[in-house]
Amino acid sequence: MPPEVVHQPPPATRPLVDEFRLGLDAPICLTWELTYACNLSCSHCLSSSGRRDPRELTTEECFAVVDELQRLQVFYVNLGGGEPMLRPDFFPIVEYAIDHQVGVKFSTNGTYLDRDAARRLASMDYLDVQVSLDGATAPVNDAVRGRGAHRAALQAMEHLADAGFGAFKVSVVVTRENVDELDELRALAESHGAQLRVTRLRPSGRGADTWDRLRPTQAQQRQLYDWLLGRDDVLTGDSFFHLSAFGQALPGLNLCGAGRVVCLIDPVGDVYACPFVIHDEFLAGNVRDPGGFTRVWRDSELFESLREPDSEGACTSCGSYDACQGGCMASKFFVGLDLSDPDPECVLGNAEDLLGRVDAGVGAHGDPVPRPTADHSRPGVPVPSPVALRPTRRRSA
Amino acid sequence: MAVRPGDRLVLHPDVALRPERFGALAYHFGNRRLSFLKHPDLVAVVESLDGERTVAEAFDVVGVEEARRSSFLSALETLRSSEMVRAA
Repeated sequence: MPPEVVHQPPPATRPLVDEFRLGLDAPICLTWELTYACNLSCSHCLSSSGRRDPRELTTEECFAVVDELQRLQVFYVNLGGGEPMLRPDFFPIVEYAIDHQVGVKFSTNGTYLDRDAARRLASMDYLDVQVSLDGATAPVNDAVRGRGAHRAALQAMEHLADAGFGAFKVSVVVTRENVDELDELRALAESHGAQLRVTRLRPSGRGADTWDRLRPTQAQQRQLYDWLLGRDDVLTGDSFFHLSAFGQALPGLNLCGAGRVVCLIDPVGDVYACPFVIHDEFLAGNVRDPGGFTRVWRDSELFESLREPDSEGACTSCGSYDACQGGCMASKFFVGLDLSDPDPECVLGNAEDLLGRVDAGVGAHGDPVPRPTADHSRPGVPVPSPVALRPTRRRSA
Repeated sequence: MAVRPGDRLVLHPDVALRPERFGALAYHFGNRRLSFLKHPDLVAVVESLDGERTVAEAFDVVGVEEARRSSFLSALETLRSSEMVRAA
């Protein structure tokens, strides 16, 4: 459900979007990746997950983060990973958050969401679950997420439906391969009492290597836009605001909230501007620093700079700037464009020439194309790999 | 159905308000909806809905002039339809 704006009375200050652009004293919500451990190795993984990081936050440190979020009145967090259910303290962390007025939505590949887990989840209030699925059919899904991933997700969905969880979410990253399956994906979600959520593919993490092959074509972007219009039951996480340049704005904020109203806390406590920019250039601080998350959010130089008025750059002269706001910062960054360039998926084609100049690791303006800073992929494991029941298999001697 | 001045409303017990420069964020922990209250006076009205006084009385408490009341009524209607406020 997109946040709703109560339309009346007229604002006392400035338009809401301008308020958000200046940043709030606390995020509206945030993404918190609990672990880099994952039993899958999806080819578009934003966080290049696989192996747990030995520096990951302890249970007590996670509780302390929740305490801070409660004080800041951050009403909900999106927990993810990696596969968050791999943390042995997953349920204690979720329960602690919910008991402290921090609502939880978490993303899972479904492998560990068995009958008992589904019942336990269904018994909790203020909790939402998002099962990741990137194709209505196994071949399409598993080509990105690994052999067996489709079956694992479907099984989890069945367990949630059987346990009477209610309207959980089925979360789909839209790609060239699955854009034709959106109707089937929606029907599949509905048949389990769930709601479809679609998000944009980003060239982040391992996605840096697969983005160009998987991203929707220009014709498919139009197809997606037309499909989304009038389907208000489909959630988008405000992911597709760059499509608003086709004409009518899609529901939602239509604004990049990075460092202004959203951010990411990664498994080791590093705070990034958004879940799509795990890179030193977008690292604002760490929750273990003096002053904790609150100080990072309020005082970090990076976040303060993101709250400055934008220079619109190359998009200044474009009549659609108000609609798309120049698009996604992370997408530009990881394909080798400047942040003042158009979005690489600009629906008016304004980035085509620039993208054509990117070659062999050299960006459109002659600088090296940035690579994701942290890589937690499991060494020697193919991408994607068949579903494993443990993230790392150690062979006994 | 539109909210009427004589209605008695109350903030839903699952809803929390977070004060902001522009007004407030309202979050409903039950249905997970987020709303933006775009005016501090609207926040004051919502906060003064105690289930005892009527909507019109809440307007009086906050000092909402006659000319602005219809827009406040429609804002309350939106909030009621998303269960942020409900009948007392």
